[in-house]
Amino acid sequence: MSTGTTKLDVVVSDVVPVNELVTCFHFRRRDGELLPTFSGGAHVVVEMRDGDRTRLNPYSLMGSPLDTREYTISVRRDDVGRGGSLFMHRSVKPGLEMVISYPVNLFSLDLRAKKHLMLAGGIGITPFMAQTAQLAGEGGNFELHYTCRTASLGTYADVLRERYDRRIRLYHDDRDERIDLDRLLSTQPLGTHLYVCGPAGMINWVRDRAAALGWPSEAVHFEHFAAPQPGLPFDVTLAVSGKTIRVDEQQSLLEAIEAAGVDPPYLCRGGVCGQCETNVISYDGKFIHNDHWLSEEDHRSGCKIMPCVSRFEGRSLVLER
Amino acid sequence: MGITFRKETFRDDFTFRNSPEHIRRFPFPFHEDAYMYAVNIEPHVVGPKGSVLENLIDVDEHYVAEMQDRALVLAEDPLRCQSLPHMTLAGWDLLELLMEQQALGYPEHFTLTRDGDRWRWINRPLGIDDTFTFGDTSTLPYGPMEYITRQSQGDFCILDQRDGNLWMDAGMVTTQADWSLDFDIGMNFFEWHAPVPLAHEKGIFTRALKFLTNIQQGKPARRLNWTMTINPRLDTSPENYHKWGPDRTTVTPENVGDKVHLRVELQSFWRLPRSNGIVFPIRCYLIKMDELVTQPKWARRLHRVIRDLPEELATYKGLTRYRPTLVEWLSKLDDGSATSPGFGPD
Repeated sequence: MSTGTTKLDVVVSDVVPVNELVTCFHFRRRDGELLPTFSGGAHVVVEMRDGDRTRLNPYSLMGSPLDTREYTISVRRDDVGRGGSLFMHRSVKPGLEMVISYPVNLFSLDLRAKKHLMLAGGIGITPFMAQTAQLAGEGGNFELHYTCRTASLGTYADVLRERYDRRIRLYHDDRDERIDLDRLLSTQPLGTHLYVCGPAGMINWVRDRAAALGWPSEAVHFEHFAAPQPGLPFDVTLAVSGKTIRVDEQQSLLEAIEAAGVDPPYLCRGGVCGQCETNVISYDGKFIHNDHWLSEEDHRSGCKIMPCVSRFEGRSLVLER
Repeated sequence: MGITFRKETFRDDFTFRNSPEHIRRFPFPFHEDAYMYAVNIEPHVVGPKGSVLENLIDVDEHYVAEMQDRALVLAEDPLRCQSLPHMTLAGWDLLELLMEQQALGYPEHFTLTRDGDRWRWINRPLGIDDTFTFGDTSTLPYGPMEYITRQSQGDFCILDQRDGNLWMDAGMVTTQADWSLDFDIGMNFFEWHAPVPLAHEKGIFTRALKFLTNIQQGKPARRLNWTMTINPRLDTSPENYHKWGPDRTTVTPENVGDKVHLRVELQSFWRLPRSNGIVFPIRCYLIKMDELVTQPKWARRLHRVIRDLPEELATYKGLTRYRPTLVEWLSKLDDGSATSPGFGPD
């Protein structure tokens, strides 16, 4: 019925380097009004107009949901990614006018929880910035365990410690500090909900241990940060719209489809929400599935692809778009 | 120019009527001469002036009388309003939505002033002028959902979204077509729709749930539903079946026009920003047959729809007992000529 979400016209109000990899961007509405209220865990999709290319990347909102004068996001520089984070780091300056989506929450708190146990890895800290602010405002019970490579790369660790003191536990890889996960998961009060955001390996580890220790799946929440990966260029035929397109190395399939003037629905652009699921009509080659939406069976069948994060290598690919 | 609110009742002497202007704005739910389920959901955007869609939250001439009827229902049965403990934040979301929309659409009747979290709400038709702290339940006479839904037409279900499903975890339900919040509270989308015939087999609920869980902030959606009610009774609840069920045996060829009412629900779906829940307002509109048939197109079309309705649907909607009498009465107003496309009167 509709493509994506309503758009917001914003201006970059501040750009603040946080450490050698992460920079924080602040947005305000161009018309001076308040931004829409959001819930902790929500993201916005930022449109990056880079010359004749448009990239759309999702970023978690990390300000307090109680303050909607501005939105803040944090972008970790990825030197081998598709260039979205480099564009943000190099080209986005205060005063730049940009377009972002309305907030969407695919990682929301379960408000029934008696306690919220949060596990963050690296840049996966960002959704927890908003969630902890929301819970603290309501007197909610939470505890955050945050692993980072070094103290200097512990983005916002100091802010969190200052705000929440002992409710924040830090673990530094370079000091060989590790979460004692089994002990942590075995000693929680009944009614605790578990949230994890970080690298795929960490999410899988936490989910596996939680399942093994008898946690109900309804109490385990996770958000993958599956940014689209670059890859070899490939050609695609869009059967419904009668177009043949080329997907560049640094472009996602979804972006290439959009650049051709075809607008599939989307929300997360990270392979989790299912909105852009696309049927494959025929193919000769191999899929590089990077999504968390389709089942393994779907992946093997060669009948479906998630164009926001997945790619293709081979002679021909025909999609029902 | 403000709305002139009618003094009328939805029980006992049943003095409810629609003014001529309100007859023409009635949300007639049939766009063709037949009816079958469909996922008839569309974006909830502002519609033509003078229609019930002129504002996204509609306030009409029945507002004051409906709020009085709601207060009577709640006094007899407080369980018509329930909110599970985790739904308070969603209640504040709903309070904000309804205050904003009512003040926006009807500034002569409602005013909302905000100074940070200090809010002042003036509701002139009900004589309310309250100042409170947004987010602090101790500053309101009721919980936030109950407070604002005692001042808003229609029933309201607040659905929590989790585990890929929607859960009926709060609501204010006093104008319902034979379902019970007290029975459904805590149920998920499939559980509370279990009694609906035919639609499950068509996969309608699976598709509808997928759509609803993806409703986005700032992009509400809507659909129409309908049934029929004998006498203009808002509270046709299972709890009070003994009061209204027997009414269905009282329809005669002489009183069809006065007693039989088409009951249309304008259902809308909104993402709530703080709680990430969904609110589902179910706004009930009633029109008696005598009023409805003043629009000849509606009379012809309703005759054909009711006559040809599948038996399962007629049973589910509770029409079985008086359908022959109603069809016979309507048939006299159907000359067999074609009806124009679309919902509106000619």
